[in-house]
Amino acid sequence: MTLIEDLNNYGPYSLDSVEKNQILGKFLYEIEELHLSKCNDYRNITKDWPFKSSNENSIENLPFIPVRLFKELELLSVDKSEVKKTMMSSGTSGQTPSKIFLDGYTAANQTKVLSKILTSYIGKKRLPMLIIDSSSVLKDRNSFSARGAGILGFSMYGFDVQYVLDEDFNLNIELIQNFLKKHNGESILLFGFTYIVWEYFNNALKKGNTKLNIENGILIHGGGWKKMQDSAVDTITFRKSLFENTGIQKVYNYYGLVEQTGSIFMECEEGYLHSSIYSDIIIRNHQDYSVASIGKEGLVQLVSCLPTSYPGHSILTEDLGTIIGIDDCNCGRKGKYFTISGRIKDAEVRGCSDTIQK
Amino acid sequence: MTNKEKYNQVFMESFSVSSDQLNENLVYQSVPQWDSIGHMGMVAALEEAFDIMMETDDIIDFGSYNKGVELLAKYNVVI
Repeated sequence: MTLIEDLNNYGPYSLDSVEKNQILGKFLYEIEELHLSKCNDYRNITKDWPFKSSNENSIENLPFIPVRLFKELELLSVDKSEVKKTMMSSGTSGQTPSKIFLDGYTAANQTKVLSKILTSYIGKKRLPMLIIDSSSVLKDRNSFSARGAGILGFSMYGFDVQYVLDEDFNLNIELIQNFLKKHNGESILLFGFTYIVWEYFNNALKKGNTKLNIENGILIHGGGWKKMQDSAVDTITFRKSLFENTGIQKVYNYYGLVEQTGSIFMECEEGYLHSSIYSDIIIRNHQDYSVASIGKEGLVQLVSCLPTSYPGHSILTEDLGTIIGIDDCNCGRKGKYFTISGRIKDAEVRGCSDTIQK
Repeated sequence: MTNKEKYNQVFMESFSVSSDQLNENLVYQSVPQWDSIGHMGMVAALEEAFDIMMETDDIIDFGSYNKGVELLAKYNVVI
């Protein structure tokens, strides 16, 4: 069996599509075999899989299951006694949360892979860090939301970690200014969920006519664009406005599923999301689920080599996206790069920050 | 205080454990307080006690009381 450590010998964006299909492809089919042998539900669901285009073991030929299944079924490929942590997606009232069962091995791999991807962007050294959120999301340590889990996961990359919003989502400008004085000249890491960063950081600064000078800042944000698209804010507008109000030039969005935590898709300097060597994206045509060509919008299928305790290695999402190109992005990273344009009609509101309830 | 005493004190205070629990069985998630939040608190306390800054990979690897002794040696802290 291949191990995550075998992939760690390569840089997270160093394999071209041929090498990736060989190395990641082999790994994914080993994981596929594991789930087929350990998870009865998965075996039954993917029996007589109809969409195979040929017999070859390519990543595109892996079966995929709809993301909603994790709400309807408890899908497990390990004995329940081995489950260390159950992650719930951020289901708001009226929505059933999906349940993801993690054993120690899967949980540890998630953290390791997230670290490989992130440190390729921000470096190995921990940076002074501002979290664009309220510390109250972690108040109840026995059950915190996906938002809380995200904040904790990312705060490992910082030190002197400070929360800049109070319980009522008011921005503490004095705290930020003191923090910037203290860490003058250092790179500053900022993390928050897209909508919260936009509304309670960027727009709050704009309304108060306050300009910050965080020119050494690196902002990482994620958790859903639904609310942003409703107010017609895209990546370019987001980056431009943030630069005007804060001076931050390095802004990276990330995209991913709670079902595939760890192997996130990070935005590059060009504004495109990238698949790493731990994950892949396939765009499928609505009508027949065939693979869409480059430049054509379709349904997003996400593939990850991390899920081993539950069959979440190949999932059809409810998002719409477009592959922009493969291996040839101007940023220099190999692999597929893409954009996400929205969600199919009647899909649930599902992002971490989209479900914010004040 | 010796380094060993400082190290032990951080564990006892961070995870509400007694001195007889400080052994190879004290690992991540073995006691209720050593969860992901407790982990970051413990790291911050160790960093303050020994005036060091650990790398992210070492924070991730810090899975047990014993493993921590090994990791801190990288930062010239001999327990």
